[in-house]
Amino acid sequence: MDSNKTNKLLIRTPEGILFSLTLAGPIIRALAWTVDIGCILTLTMVIRSLLKFFQIVSVDLSSALYIIAYFIISIGYAIVLEWYWRGQTLGKKLLRLRVMDVQGLRLQASQIVIRNIMRLIDNLPALYAVGGLACLVSGRAQRLGDFAANTIVVRNPELAEPDVSKLVAGKFNSLRSYPHLCARLRQLVTPQEAAVAVQAMLRRDELNPDARVKLFNDIAGHFRSVTPFPEEVTYGITDEQYVRNVVDILFSPKL
Amino acid sequence: MIIDLQKFLQEEETFWKELESGLNKIESEPEIKMTLDEVKRFQYLYQRAAADLAKITTFSAQPEIRHYLESLVARSYGEVHENREKPHRFSPLKWFFVIFPQTFRRHIQALLLALAIIMAGCIFGGAAITIDPDAKAILIPFSHLQDSPTKRVMEEETNKEDRLQNTKMRGTAFYMTHNTHVSIFMIALGATYGIGTVLLLFYNGVMLGAVVLDYILASQTTFVVAWLSPHGVIEIPALLLAGQTGLVLASAMIGWGERVPLKSRLRKVSGDIVTLIFGIALMLTWAGFIEAFISQYHEPIIPYALKTGFAIVEFIALVLFLGLSGTKRNSHGQ
Repeated sequence: MDSNKTNKLLIRTPEGILFSLTLAGPIIRALAWTVDIGCILTLTMVIRSLLKFFQIVSVDLSSALYIIAYFIISIGYAIVLEWYWRGQTLGKKLLRLRVMDVQGLRLQASQIVIRNIMRLIDNLPALYAVGGLACLVSGRAQRLGDFAANTIVVRNPELAEPDVSKLVAGKFNSLRSYPHLCARLRQLVTPQEAAVAVQAMLRRDELNPDARVKLFNDIAGHFRSVTPFPEEVTYGITDEQYVRNVVDILFSPKL
Repeated sequence: MIIDLQKFLQEEETFWKELESGLNKIESEPEIKMTLDEVKRFQYLYQRAAADLAKITTFSAQPEIRHYLESLVARSYGEVHENREKPHRFSPLKWFFVIFPQTFRRHIQALLLALAIIMAGCIFGGAAITIDPDAKAILIPFSHLQDSPTKRVMEEETNKEDRLQNTKMRGTAFYMTHNTHVSIFMIALGATYGIGTVLLLFYNGVMLGAVVLDYILASQTTFVVAWLSPHGVIEIPALLLAGQTGLVLASAMIGWGERVPLKSRLRKVSGDIVTLIFGIALMLTWAGFIEAFISQYHEPIIPYALKTGFAIVEFIALVLFLGLSGTKRNSHGQ
């Protein structure tokens, strides 16, 4: 396996901004393609039903049109949709995946055609074994088609903006009695530590009771060591309340 | 140090939403064209979101906001920074008469290599069936070609009825799609650094050589020429073009003597590969019609001289087309 394998592709813009794209793995891509296979089969069946009317004119012509239609749909489905929807088929839309240029640029028609005709190889010997293996081995989760076309498949999960105010709204914060210590806390806590505290608050209900107690004990212990507050304002409050108060101080400094 | 996240969100959210709705519009309605003012606004929103991303990455490790902004910047980045040449309005006639033959000539060395491989296959197949006629079942894996050529010719020439009546269109569709499928497969095998393409070309050459020699050894040369040539003069060159395209892909992957990254090499040939694929598909469509409507009929229904004459005309037209079409425009262009 590629030792540099990661599920992120980092791109630095000419303005110097670094952003990352989350790469889609083989399983989620297989799910999307399963949806697409369903679409191809449905479309083919619809055309087959419509072509039955042609049998009145000529059975030979009807059969020929069906063979051609199936060929065009099976090869052209992904090409047309990825071109029209900028890197998405119906399956990819549902699973929030998108084909992109490996440098984050817009896809070109030639890239779309190449990655899709290469499916014939990726599909060998069956069920995308070659493509799946390539995807697992590749540092950018690329199947052979992606490799030849310079493309990647990225995942755009639906992102909900967190509302920190809900975590702390209406709660009395005893630590605020010492504004100079609050200021020091804000100064000394790193962004990563702050993020850990917020995430712990947001996900606390997902933890089992023992893990929850231990996690908040660890986090509160760390913040206590960073900026100790007098016992009169910390006496009697739980570790979880302590962390909540710290989050309140870090993210809502003007309250 | 932590920024005031709520204030930051309140101030910037409007701009992010505006950018997001612009992106959604671009993505859901790809045919729309933005006005100059809209483009300027879009670029401003992109730069603002990028700057916000820089701020939030530096001052706060809020992962959801950062991911949200990264997603916005990533989606906008491709739209703003795409500077590769955008294809002009597609003109089918220009593509057919200029771009396709020019592309074919640009990679003539790959075609000559494909020709050499298929010729080697033909010689091998012909020699194998001459030396060991019992190997026919292996060399020619088609049940309808396993009988003696003389017997088949006799059957075909005594048949006065149109045995293909009501199946010609289906036959055409089958030949077209099957051959196009094989050709695409041969091209895609270029990704195996050309090994798959070379093997498939050689194998097709073996089959062709074995069939032709089988009929020649049975003194049925006229029949085999008249049978294969009407569609073969287009189908076999199409196969060669498929081999050529696969070798072009392989050459880009190997990158002999080129000090450019693999990505750039593949990018350079991708347009040519697609052009050749569509050219091959057109050639095979024509060959499919001819195979179903002409090649499968023999004397006395269609005289052999007429079939062979038609094949010669087709071949000359193909050579002239691929060799000369678009040359004038090319010289001006350069």
